[in-house]
Amino acid sequence: MTETAVTFTRKDFESDQEVRWCPGCGDYGILAAMQFVLPELGVKPENMVFVSGIGCAARLPYYMNTYGVHSIHGRAPAVATGVALTRPDLNVWVIGGDGDMLSIGGNHLIHALRRNVNLKIVMFNNQIYGLTKGQYSPTSEIGKVTKSTPFGSLDHPFNPLSVALGAEASFVARTHDVDRKHMMETFRRMHAHEGAAFVEVFQNCNVFNDGAFSAILKRDNRADMLIDLVHGEPIRFGAEGQHGVTLNEFGEPRVVEVDDVGVEKLLVHDEHRLDPTLAFALSRIANAPNMPTPIGVFRDVVRPVYEAEVQRQLAVSIKRTGPGDLSKLLTSGLTWTVS
Amino acid sequence: MTIEVSPDRVQSVDRVVIRFAGDSGDGMQLVGDGFTELSAAFGNDLATLPDFPAEIRAPAGTVAGVSSFQVHISDHDIVTPGDAPNVLIAMNPAALVANLSDLAPGTTLIVNGDTFEQRDLDKAGLAVNPLEDGSLDAFNLYVVPMTSITVEATASLGIKPRDAERSKNFFALGLLCWMYTRPVAPVIDWITDRFSKKPDVLAANIAAFRAGRNFGETAELFDMPYEVRPAALTPGVYRNIIGNLATAYGLIAAAEKSKLPLVYASYPITPASDILHELSKHKNFGVKTLQAEDEIAAAAMAIGASFAGALGVTGTSGPGLDLKGEALGLAVSLELPLVLVDVQRGGPSTGLPTKTEQADLLLAMYGRHGECPMPVIAAKSPSHCFDAAFEACRIAIKYRTPVILLTDGYLANGAEPWLLPDVNSLADISVPFAEVPNDGDKFLPYLRDPETLARPWAIPGTPGLMHRIGGIEKEGIGLGGEGGTGNISYSPENHSRMMHMRADKVAGIAKDIPGVELDAEDGAQVLVLGWGSTWGAIQAGVRRTRARGLKVASAHLVHLNPLPSDLGDVLRRYDKVLVPEMNLGQLSRIVRAEFLVDAVSFTKVQGVPFRAGDMEAKILEMIGLVK
Ligand code: SF4
Repeated sequence: MTETAVTFTRKDFESDQEVRWCPGCGDYGILAAMQFVLPELGVKPENMVFVSGIGCAARLPYYMNTYGVHSIHGRAPAVATGVALTRPDLNVWVIGGDGDMLSIGGNHLIHALRRNVNLKIVMFNNQIYGLTKGQYSPTSEIGKVTKSTPFGSLDHPFNPLSVALGAEASFVARTHDVDRKHMMETFRRMHAHEGAAFVEVFQNCNVFNDGAFSAILKRDNRADMLIDLVHGEPIRFGAEGQHGVTLNEFGEPRVVEVDDVGVEKLLVHDEHRLDPTLAFALSRIANAPNMPTPIGVFRDVVRPVYEAEVQRQLAVSIKRTGPGDLSKLLTSGLTWTVS
Repeated sequence: MTIEVSPDRVQSVDRVVIRFAGDSGDGMQLVGDGFTELSAAFGNDLATLPDFPAEIRAPAGTVAGVSSFQVHISDHDIVTPGDAPNVLIAMNPAALVANLSDLAPGTTLIVNGDTFEQRDLDKAGLAVNPLEDGSLDAFNLYVVPMTSITVEATASLGIKPRDAERSKNFFALGLLCWMYTRPVAPVIDWITDRFSKKPDVLAANIAAFRAGRNFGETAELFDMPYEVRPAALTPGVYRNIIGNLATAYGLIAAAEKSKLPLVYASYPITPASDILHELSKHKNFGVKTLQAEDEIAAAAMAIGASFAGALGVTGTSGPGLDLKGEALGLAVSLELPLVLVDVQRGGPSTGLPTKTEQADLLLAMYGRHGECPMPVIAAKSPSHCFDAAFEACRIAIKYRTPVILLTDGYLANGAEPWLLPDVNSLADISVPFAEVPNDGDKFLPYLRDPETLARPWAIPGTPGLMHRIGGIEKEGIGLGGEGGTGNISYSPENHSRMMHMRADKVAGIAKDIPGVELDAEDGAQVLVLGWGSTWGAIQAGVRRTRARGLKVASAHLVHLNPLPSDLGDVLRRYDKVLVPEMNLGQLSRIVRAEFLVDAVSFTKVQGVPFRAGDMEAKILEMIGLVK
């Protein structure tokens, strides 16, 4: 909900609390991007609620001069659902990490997405447990050696965007902590979306998983490793746009050289396709941040928003039967009088 | 058609306990409900005890599949669904087997004689036919071919015999309505109301009902019909109500009287689901219901709703209470209103999902990590669920605290007449939201009200009051009045202060609740102390004891945390304190620990309520022990 004619500055969204992540943590960049973009959105600080679970990322609400709840590990999407259901007029952002949202809170995440509650869910993915000091996470690659997996982790990781798309989230995007402009643009798009939005932010935990994304995010690697998704455009990347993405006969995405196949064979990105199949295919191009990885908006479709539908049922009911009358309610059914 | 019963052929009785028992597919709950509604409208006092099998559909005709409905109707004020039935309707051999041990000699036993073929007996695990081997000689046995008469009575309607058979429960209802001289017209109205959308079934049910009545009238099997006159209850308008419905109404009433929108988030669970079903009907009250993805989410959603300015409520039963503990802790720390309704059932684990128990008390009181104090309230009868739900909301809102409301499976499904409250006389329980800064131009979310110790409730959308709260220990108010920011604080002094503050806040509610509900009697040396749904059985046991000319007192706790402030004094006045509970002794532990009183625990954990007889016998034993 945009309220024009009010101007805010970054300061309006900064709380008086000292920011306490480890020096060099990627979280600082994400926080800054948010505080830069919020004044632009024209939303008053009092109409924003930040809800988080537990973890390093989940401290973020304390740094925002808005309403905020630092709730329970994993439960932020559920708490936020209660807020949004009660007050559809508010802007509710949900902040958490990969462990918070995909492990202990995986259930709440997928259900908030499928219900299409008007929540803006930002998941900081650092592929590690930071706050508990370095155990592997549900997005850590197989074989990860951590304190809890001295011989290497055995479990296959989640691909967060595949999970979100599998839950049919109506808005799915990815960005990363080294590109403030890209983060800001992604948050703008996320805010503009009506319904549940899921944004994965690749975030460096320089203490417990440093460089997890450097294969794709190092300045020199970006051109060949980041695939910038642009709606309506053929999907191509590389300094000269020499690489591209096509679908093979099975509908699986393949990275190709444009010269080999021709531009017309490239997949044209369509954020607004109602069917999530192609968006899902794009999410499968890279299963680990060491292959060319799409960033940007994967999916942005219109679906009925949960709170709006709830509100509509209420209105219909009031129209049909009139506003509730407690006395009538209690005397509904068979009554009798004792005199 | 009305069957006139000449007055001289009617025998008056003051009360009767009737149990309808049959296969779960036989519609016993339905006709039991019907008989109850009619008796309520007729003016009897009553109490009911439905008993469902836990299996969704146990094999038809087996003992595991027996479903029953007991109703106690009376011409005077009663408090329990009755110990043993005076009349048992058994629709098949399994129903007979399942209920036989409850019958006293002389009980009227009406069985459907059409269901005692060898294969029916086999399914019920009977080697010989009990109708023929003399094993039922102690009872007034009536064997009535209910199925075949029903089929005959509906034949003219062109209904296939297979379908017609289904109406045999209405034959049983008709017979019972004749036996207890229930007026006909309301029964027909009730059946019509229920089945208006299925004209065939409606016609068959009415035909079966009439056939049942006519059978009673003409078969000359039964000596005479009985009448149970209307009870002289307190004047007013009554309706019949079950506990879950009363709880739902209590929540709606509390939302109205607090001027807050009600948000009820819940996950389906027996026996609490009906609260969700009921509340989801009342959208015109602005009630928002949410069927959450799990129990934890339901509690978290209710907390989010409260943060945003609603009356957040979640409902569940034991297994869900286990799961919601973490969220309750958050609500204690956030100091936000939240009501959790726990409709207790038999445990542990899945336990006895459809049976009643009171074994969640200690969990409700103490079942969270850390020092995590929370008010606990328990309803004592089906209609009292309304008052208890209202009170739970009042405390939650006024003190900004989560509150657990304990009901149980018996209250949830049990019915009784309810003297309807005048909605205008219900207290206004609204509290103002914080609207302006409370510390110069700053807002301190943990600056407490010195009286209630409640913190301000500032809801999103309010300019200038933006604040962040969370489950980490936060800076509360210091002795010098400093602090109250709600910001994270790891200070040892602050933590200690906050621990005491949270405890004091809950303890202080004792000033705001009534003293012990005491039914004293001069010279009594034994006090029976109860909580929750044992109230009815305790009342009945006390009355019976007094009817013998013996002296006994009773006290009942609605508020379990904090306890009424005069409870210690009351307990110390008696030589013996008896604490009956449907658990292995939980309140008794609490009163022993709190007051060093040598309370005697009296327990029953069979998934069914205490009986008045159990209670009377135990009270007599206690009186005998007094030196
Ligand atoms: S542990 Fe890692 S994620 Fe957490 S604050 Fe430190 S650097 Fe950031």
